[in-house]
Amino acid sequence: MGITRGWRSTLIGAGVATLALAAIVAVLGPALTVIPIDVLRLVVGALLLVFGLQWLRKAILRASGWRAVRDEDAVFARERAEAVNAPHVERAGLDWYAFTISFKGVLLEGLEVAFIVLTFGSTQGSIPLAAVGAGAAVLLVLVAGIVVREPLSRVPENTLAFAVGVMLTTFGIFWGAEGAGVDWPGGDASLLGVLAFVLLISLGYVTALRRGKPAIV
Amino acid sequence: MKRFARFWWDFIVGDDWRVAAGILLAFGLTALLATTSVPAWWVLPLAVAAVLWLSLSRVARAG
Repeated sequence: MGITRGWRSTLIGAGVATLALAAIVAVLGPALTVIPIDVLRLVVGALLLVFGLQWLRKAILRASGWRAVRDEDAVFARERAEAVNAPHVERAGLDWYAFTISFKGVLLEGLEVAFIVLTFGSTQGSIPLAAVGAGAAVLLVLVAGIVVREPLSRVPENTLAFAVGVMLTTFGIFWGAEGAGVDWPGGDASLLGVLAFVLLISLGYVTALRRGKPAIV
Repeated sequence: MKRFARFWWDFIVGDDWRVAAGILLAFGLTALLATTSVPAWWVLPLAVAAVLWLSLSRVARAG
């Protein structure tokens, strides 16, 4: 948005969204800690599981050739053209298109991250530790962005989506089951067993689907 | 209002509602078994494997 519509309105939109996110987290964070842990694990586990399966399903279909891998160059070119051609409407001294797109982008993506950090932190009893992890991830992405200095086409997107899908599904199964009253054999160590199981079936499904005739490569 | 409901449906349920429904059923069965002396830890992993395969094979069958 910055390179097509200018940086001022884009950065103000991102900044306002960051403040809104901070306010939401300040309210939501303490509220989560008063919910009984089993209820929290059940709800969080169920949500992680449905999100994780959505990611995993798409990643498996792409990896096996049944769905086209996203062409990030084409997406970048299309969105860039849309941004260039959008009419210039000025409100409150801002390019409203640049402001709203960057505001929505930062707020929606940020909410997803905030949800994951808050729920992981509260179910394991340490929101600060989860926040440190998220901060480290932001730093890593920032460094990667500076080093690569290219659009997302150089990022192995489907491999990342596959890994995220496996992790979300694993944590969803583990916490969801605990919230539903399950005692895992071996306690927390069984998380590794669940991870291995999810990874193996996912890779197995990719192999099985590749044997069929792929619709798109 | 309709667009708001549609957003949440797409956000949570996604492309295949059967996956979410299968997971909901599996949670119910897990909670039920957890109140008995029968181990319940195996239900969710097996349900995930099953609903994922059913959803993937539907796409493959449809071509």
